[in-house]
Amino acid sequence: MMKIQIQYFAMLAERRGLTEEWLTVETPDLAALYDALARQHGLPLSRVSIRPAVNDAFRAWDHPLRDGDRVVFVPPVSGG
Amino acid sequence: MTTFRLLDDPLPSDPPFPITVAAGAVVSFDGRVREHNNGRGVRKLAYSAYPALALSEGDRIVSEAITKFALNAAACCHRLGDLALGDVAVRVWAVAAHREEAFAGCRYIIDEVKSRVPIWKKETYVDGLSEWVLCTH
Repeated sequence: MMKIQIQYFAMLAERRGLTEEWLTVETPDLAALYDALARQHGLPLSRVSIRPAVNDAFRAWDHPLRDGDRVVFVPPVSGG
Repeated sequence: MTTFRLLDDPLPSDPPFPITVAAGAVVSFDGRVREHNNGRGVRKLAYSAYPALALSEGDRIVSEAITKFALNAAACCHRLGDLALGDVAVRVWAVAAHREEAFAGCRYIIDEVKSRVPIWKKETYVDGLSEWVLCTH
């Protein structure tokens, strides 16, 4: 078990209804974490259109989580 | 030096570095708020960002352009918050000895910023509806 901070931005923050939360998770798996959140909160994006970031750096979906990590599921960007 | 910046206020007209006499070419690009998108009339838009990662990824892109195109200097800044039609949303500067490198470097920076930097645009249309934009180009 570990505690993970999730931050939400843009359309995911809007759908989730908040910008951050702490969760206790059983496995250090980013992909399983996103899929569970998407199912639970009806997040409008599938994993193929998301880039995960851990502690302010882009990471691969198989990057193992550690206790206290801050996770952002980065939606498709649209700057410029 | 921070070469990528996020600003709540109108973007500066000059680059954040001096242009030396080694520079034979200075290319700049302005991305502006357009009155239409995908056939819908746009009234205004708002940008939000994931600041820590936007700044590091933006700096990385500018550094890549400097290396890849042998630029003397380059920078980019992007607005956040509410923007009106015609406002400059993003500005890029690329400085090189010759125009080919300056044009190519400027193009690289704006293209990579649009596809990689965590900034999001929410458009409000003339009918009052608003939507997050999902970029397809």
